[in-house]
Amino acid sequence: MTQKTYTLTELETKANDIRSDIIKMLETAGSGHSAGPLGLADIFTALYFSVMNYDPKNPDWDERDMLVLSNGHTAPVLYTAMAHAGYFDRKELSTLRKFGSRLQGHPERDLLPGIETTSGPLGCGLSQAAGMALAMRMNKDLRRWVYVVMGDGELNEGNIWEAAMLVGKERLHNVIGIIDRNNIQIDGQTEDVMPLEDLRGKWESFGWHVIDIDGNDIEAVIDACTMAKAIVEKPTMIIAHTVPGKGVDFMEYDFRWHGIPPNHEQAKEALKDLRTLGGKIRSEHD
Amino acid sequence: MTDLHLTDYFAKDAALEPTRKGFGRGLLEAGKRDERVVAACADLTDSTQMSLFKEAFPERFVEIGIAEQNLVTVGSGLAAMGKIPFVSSYAAFSPGRNWEQIRTTICLNDRPVKIVGSHAGLYTGADGATHQMLEDISLMRVLPNMVVVVPGDAVEAEKATLALAADSRPGYLRLAREATPTLTTDKTPFEIGKAYVFAEGTDVTICATGVMTYHALLAREKLAKDGISAEVVHVPTIKPLDDATILASVAKTGAVVTVEEAQIAGGLGGAVAELLVENHPAPLRRVGVKDRFGQSGAPDELLAHYGLKAPDIVLAAHDVTGRK
Repeated sequence: MTQKTYTLTELETKANDIRSDIIKMLETAGSGHSAGPLGLADIFTALYFSVMNYDPKNPDWDERDMLVLSNGHTAPVLYTAMAHAGYFDRKELSTLRKFGSRLQGHPERDLLPGIETTSGPLGCGLSQAAGMALAMRMNKDLRRWVYVVMGDGELNEGNIWEAAMLVGKERLHNVIGIIDRNNIQIDGQTEDVMPLEDLRGKWESFGWHVIDIDGNDIEAVIDACTMAKAIVEKPTMIIAHTVPGKGVDFMEYDFRWHGIPPNHEQAKEALKDLRTLGGKIRSEHD
Repeated sequence: MTDLHLTDYFAKDAALEPTRKGFGRGLLEAGKRDERVVAACADLTDSTQMSLFKEAFPERFVEIGIAEQNLVTVGSGLAAMGKIPFVSSYAAFSPGRNWEQIRTTICLNDRPVKIVGSHAGLYTGADGATHQMLEDISLMRVLPNMVVVVPGDAVEAEKATLALAADSRPGYLRLAREATPTLTTDKTPFEIGKAYVFAEGTDVTICATGVMTYHALLAREKLAKDGISAEVVHVPTIKPLDDATILASVAKTGAVVTVEEAQIAGGLGGAVAELLVENHPAPLRRVGVKDRFGQSGAPDELLAHYGLKAPDIVLAAHDVTGRK
């Protein structure tokens, strides 16, 4: 399906709208994760409004690209991007984490069309992406890609490296991994909890092409995905360096915002930050 | 009673074959019938008998290496694209090691991945306790959406494999390493969710699963000499349990013995106990492994040591009939 083409400015505005919706839905939910979804907003904007091929009116379309959200706790950014992409009405975002909602605390495939897999327990996404890519190879689907978004903290999981070996061995070039390298996990900084560096060297040694980017630069995300699709010798891992809590000054860089939502006052403050976004979008005084 | 076309299993020249061999044939046939059937294995392709499929359909087979967490999650990804994946290893490792991945990415995700656990139970023999998986039935039975099948012989294992391939649910197939007597024939019916009365009786119901059904039949012969008429119900599907067949038998006999080469906690014994307590309380004894680990030895020695042989079943049957 051919999607509408957006200008970069439109995409940046879209990312900001997604961030605002994330803050609102988290405040209403009263629980959930703030830092990761805000940091991932630019990546999801790039994926849903430039990179991926899909049809929100036909979520099971058999030519669509697949998106596996491995770190399911960042569901708010997935739900918000899906709502903006037309999978469901944005009003439903306010049901996040409520009884009877299709927007579960962690994504559930059978509840919400457009979600490709149930996730939350960490470390399982890359393996599923590998299975999807293997099936595509068996089916000779040459024009489909599997995008898998992972947190950096979840790279502590052994399952990830089992999958890294397999994808490297099988040269599943239509797997495009994106690591949200925001350097935080629940107990603190990733390099204190369980060091990941040399992260680039690790993936390269497993047979992957690695691209480091500024994950909060939408154009860089799009360019890296374009490059990844052109590389057919091996799979590509995009290490997307992001700022946790991006766009909300008092949340940025602070690991304590990993697993909590803003209260009413904090949400007001956050939305004010997002309206100005460093003065780039529009000033509070306008 | 309908003719189940069983073999003459007590004959001196009765056939012996491991259930895993039947699986290997069944998977090959399933692959021929449906091109969506694919397979993945964790470095045990010959042992689990997946090799037949691999040779016939190399492009539909994935060698995962020794990585059981990856094995089942790759299976989930294959199923996401419309495949029907069979993923195999030893039961001690899959589903032993990767339970949470099975729970989330297969059961909650509702993907029709078929987990094949070979070398399960005491019949694994000399490898010892680490490899004698006794908790797999319990582990798989508690998972919503999961079907649990424990075939009684190689012929039934072949049919069970084909039935699982045609079933839309996640499944677990438990297989044994050693050759055991073939009880059934090509004509014997098999359906997921059905239990079968292999031998009728009036005094006690013996519910047996997997390769233990043969031992239950042996016990029935001995009980007959003691004047006790035992009905042997073969229960190849632990989940969904065939409540109707089991309850109908118990309504007739009023006493029950369960037999399995697995932990009785949560296994067939647990399943039947739950069924009886809620529907038709009756004296029950569970023959199986009782909260212990196995050890190295010949299967026959181990069955005797852990109290799983025909004389143990006979004693249990006397106990429950005496308590009626």
